[in-house]
Amino acid sequence: MTAQLDEAPVADASGAGVASTRSTKVKKGLPLGSASASSLGVIVLWMSLLVLLPLAAVLGKAFGSGWHGFTAAVTQPATASAIKLTVVLAVLVAIVNCVMGTLVAWVLVRERFRGSSLLEFVIDIPFALPTIVAGLVMLALYGGDHPFGPYLVGTRTGLFVTLLFVTLPFTVRTVQPVLLDLDRDAEQAAASLGASAPSVFRRIVLPQVLPAMASGAALSFARALGEYGSIVLISSNLPFKTEIASSIIYGKLQDADHPARSTQQAAAIAAILLLASAIVLVILDLLQRRVARRG
Amino acid sequence: MGIEARGIGKRFGDFVALENIDLTVRTGALTALLGPSGGGKSTLLRIIAGLEKADSGTVGIDGRDATSLPPRRRDVGFVFQHYAAFTHLSVYRNVAFGLEIRKRPKDEIRKRVHELLELVHLEQFADRLPAQLSGGQRQRMALARALAVEPKVLLLDEPFGALDAKVRKELRDWLRRLHDEVHVTTLFVTHDQEEALEVSDEIVVINHGRIEQIGSPDELYDKPINDFVMSFLGPVTTLDGRLVRPHDIEIFTAPVPDAIPAEVTRLQRVGFEVRAEMSTPGGDEDGTWVQLTRGQSESISLDEGSRVWLLPAPNSTSIAVPT
Amino acid sequence: MADLALTPVGAPAVTPSPARRRERITATSVGLRTAAIAYVGILVLLPLALLVYRTFQPGLTEFFNALSDPYAVHAFQVTAVVAGSALAIDTVFGVAVAILLARYRFPGRRLLSAFIDLPVAVSPIVVGLALLLVYGPTGWFGPYLESHGVMVIAAKPGMVLATAFVALPLVARAVVPVLEQAGLEQEQAAASLGANAYTRFVRITLPTIRAALAYGVVLTVARCIGEYGAVLVVSGNIQGTTETAALRVGNLIETDLNNNAAYAVAFVLVVIAVAAILIGAFIRRRKRI
Repeated sequence: MTAQLDEAPVADASGAGVASTRSTKVKKGLPLGSASASSLGVIVLWMSLLVLLPLAAVLGKAFGSGWHGFTAAVTQPATASAIKLTVVLAVLVAIVNCVMGTLVAWVLVRERFRGSSLLEFVIDIPFALPTIVAGLVMLALYGGDHPFGPYLVGTRTGLFVTLLFVTLPFTVRTVQPVLLDLDRDAEQAAASLGASAPSVFRRIVLPQVLPAMASGAALSFARALGEYGSIVLISSNLPFKTEIASSIIYGKLQDADHPARSTQQAAAIAAILLLASAIVLVILDLLQRRVARRG
Repeated sequence: MGIEARGIGKRFGDFVALENIDLTVRTGALTALLGPSGGGKSTLLRIIAGLEKADSGTVGIDGRDATSLPPRRRDVGFVFQHYAAFTHLSVYRNVAFGLEIRKRPKDEIRKRVHELLELVHLEQFADRLPAQLSGGQRQRMALARALAVEPKVLLLDEPFGALDAKVRKELRDWLRRLHDEVHVTTLFVTHDQEEALEVSDEIVVINHGRIEQIGSPDELYDKPINDFVMSFLGPVTTLDGRLVRPHDIEIFTAPVPDAIPAEVTRLQRVGFEVRAEMSTPGGDEDGTWVQLTRGQSESISLDEGSRVWLLPAPNSTSIAVPT
Repeated sequence: MADLALTPVGAPAVTPSPARRRERITATSVGLRTAAIAYVGILVLLPLALLVYRTFQPGLTEFFNALSDPYAVHAFQVTAVVAGSALAIDTVFGVAVAILLARYRFPGRRLLSAFIDLPVAVSPIVVGLALLLVYGPTGWFGPYLESHGVMVIAAKPGMVLATAFVALPLVARAVVPVLEQAGLEQEQAAASLGANAYTRFVRITLPTIRAALAYGVVLTVARCIGEYGAVLVVSGNIQGTTETAALRVGNLIETDLNNNAAYAVAFVLVVIAVAAILIGAFIRRRKRI
C-alpha cells in the first residue's frame, strides 16, 4: 500500500536491544576501581567463610567416605522414609500454595474491597513470625484442649497445614506484582475479539503470570523442604510417620554415642536437601531470564 | 446503520463524563471523535465497544441493539492507544487470536492472517514477539488483529497518540488509504485536529461530555458553530472583538475604509510562513497576529514597527469573542 | 534473580486512581473473595487469635512472671546481642554487595548474584550443620581457633554467624533494584562537580537508597530475631548462656512443659514481627518501593 512504511523498522526493532530497559542500564556498569575491587575481595572472602566453605564442608563430609557411605546413610529405612515424606509434602505444599496464592493475589489486585488491606497485612505475618512461634501458633489451634480445631499433633496433616502457613506469602508476593503490571487493555482487547472471561484468563492472564506462579511454587518448595522450627512442635518426630529430613539431621547431631558416623549421615541427608535447593535456584533463574526476554 | 448511540449518559462519581449524547456514524465512513482530553470522547468509544457501561442510553451497532451485549458479542474491532499487544504471543498469534477463539479451521486462519500481515506490512515479522517491534509496527499489528475477525465497526482510541510525530503522520496517511481499501465503518478518537481534518470523512467535536458540532472537515473549519469549535480546529486570533483565523486577515499599507490601524510589534519567520504580531491601539488586549507567506510579507516590505491597516478577508469566518 | 529472594516483594502500594470506580459485584467476584478470605482467615488469623487468647487466658500476672523470669530476660538479651551483631554485619555486607552488583561489571558478577540468594534456599538445620563442620571442635578451623582461645560453636560468635547466614541477602535484594533504577547519572554529576567517593556515597547514594535500605533492615531484623533451626544447632542451646528468645519458646514447650510461659515469650515475638510488618508497609507506602 505504501512504500515508505516498509522502512518503519525503527531503531529499537532489532530485537536484542528492546528486551528490557533494566538490562541496558546494567550493561553501563563501571569497571572495577581499586576501592571497589578491594571491597569485592572482602565480600568474596566473607561469603567464602560464611557460606561457601561451610556448604562445601557438608558435601565433603557427605561424600568423604565415598559414594557408598552416602547411599548407605540416605537409604536407612527411617531416613529414606523421612526424605520421601519431606519431598512429597514439599511438592503438595508447592501445588496448593501456587493455586491458593494466585487466588489470593488476584483478589488483592483485582477485587479491592473493605478489609483488603487487612488481608494484605495478614499475608505477611507468616513471613515475619519466628518459625518456632509459627509452630506454637499452629499448636494453639491444632494442639487440642479447646472446642474447635482438630487435633493434629503427630499427624502428617498437621505438618501439611503448618507448611502451608509458613509458605503462604511466597506465591502471593511473587504473583501480585505481575498481576499489577498486567496490561488491562490486552484483556479488554481479547474480550472485544470474542474471548469469554474464562478464555481471557486462560489465554491472556495465565500465560503471563505462569512464570511468577512457578517462582512462587519453587520458593514454597524450597522453604517446605528445609523447614524445621515451625514443624518441630507439631510433628512429635514419629519415625516413619511425621519425622522429616531436617529432624533426622538434628537427631543425628545429638547422637553422642557415634558422633563421627552420625555426623556423616547427617551431612549426607543435608547434601540431598542442598541439591534440591540448588535445582530450585537454577529453575528460578531460568524462569526469570525467560520473563526478562519477553520484555 | 453503522453506529447509533442514543441518549448516552455517564458519570464517574460527581464528574459528568457524558451527557445525553446522540451520535450516528454512517456505514463505511471514517469518522473522528475530536476533542480535548478529559472531554469524554474515549469514554464514549469504550461505551460503544462495551468496555464501559453507560448509565443511560442505548447503543446500536449495524442495526442491532448492542446496549446489553458484552464486548465479545458486539462485533467491534478495538484498537488501543498503547497497543494492548498480547506480549506472550507472536505477531502471528496476536493477529490469529480472534479467529482461534472462533475456532476457525487452521488453514483458513493461516490464509487470513497472512493476508492481514501483508496488508499492514508485517509479513516478515510474523514470528517475532511484540516486544521486538517498534511502536508503529505494534500498532499496525493491533489493527490487523482487530480487522481479522471482520468486525462490523472498527473503533480506534487515540491510535497514534503514543507514537512520535513522523511515524504518526505516516500511519495517519496509511490509515486513510487502508480505509479506502477495506471500507469498514470506523470511529476514531483523537485530540489532534490536524489528524481529524486530514483523515476523516466526518468529525464529531466533543467537549465537556457534550457534542459541540458534527460535520465534514470543511464544514467544521469554515462554519464552526461556536468559538470552541473554531479555536479547537485551527489557529485563531482576535481582530476588532471577533475571533478570526490569522491567515484570514488582509494587511494594507495605506488606510482603507473600516480597516483597523495597527503597528507590527514582532515578525517571526517559521519556515515558509511569517507570523506578524500587531498592536492595535485601543483594540484587542491580547493583540492580533497575522499569518502570511514569506512572499506576501516581502511584497509589502513588512518590518517591525511598520504601520499597517487590517481587515478580515472577504468570506472569511469570524465569531464574536465570548465575554 | 533480582526480585526472587525469599523477601516478600510486598504490597506494591496500590493507590486507587480517581478513575477507579466501583464495579458491580458479580457472583464470581463474591466467590473469589470468600475463598481468599476464608483461606487466609482459617490458615493464619484463627490460630493467631488462639495464640493471643492462650497467652492471656492464665491472667496478666502469669504473663509478666513468665517474662520477668531471669532465664527469659537473659534469653531476650542474648537475642538482642546476636540479632544486633548479625544485623550490623548483614547491613554493611548487603549495601556493599548491592553497590557492586548494581554499579559494576566484573567477571563472576552473575555467580555472585546467584550465591547471595543461596542462604534463603538452605534449610536452617543444614546451615547449622555446615557451620559446625567448619567451626566446630572437630571441624576444619575449629581446633585452630579454639587453640587461640576463640570459641565459635556453643558460643555467641557461632550464633551470630548462623543468624547472619540466614538473613544474608535481604538488605542487598531490597537495595539493588533501587540502585539500578536510579542509574549512574547523579553520581557522575556529583563527581564532575568535584565530589570524592566518600562524599558521593554519603550525599547521593545513601539518600537514594534510604527507604529501600530501611525496608531491608526491617526484614533482616525480623529474620534475625526469629532464627531457630540454625541457631539451635550451633548454640548448644544452653539455658542461661546461649538460649535465645526463640530457643526458649521451644525449650519451654519441649523440656519444661510450661506452655503458658512459652505463649508469653512467643507473644512478645509476635508483637515484634507485627511491628516489623507495619514499619515495612509504612516505608513502602511512603517511598513506593
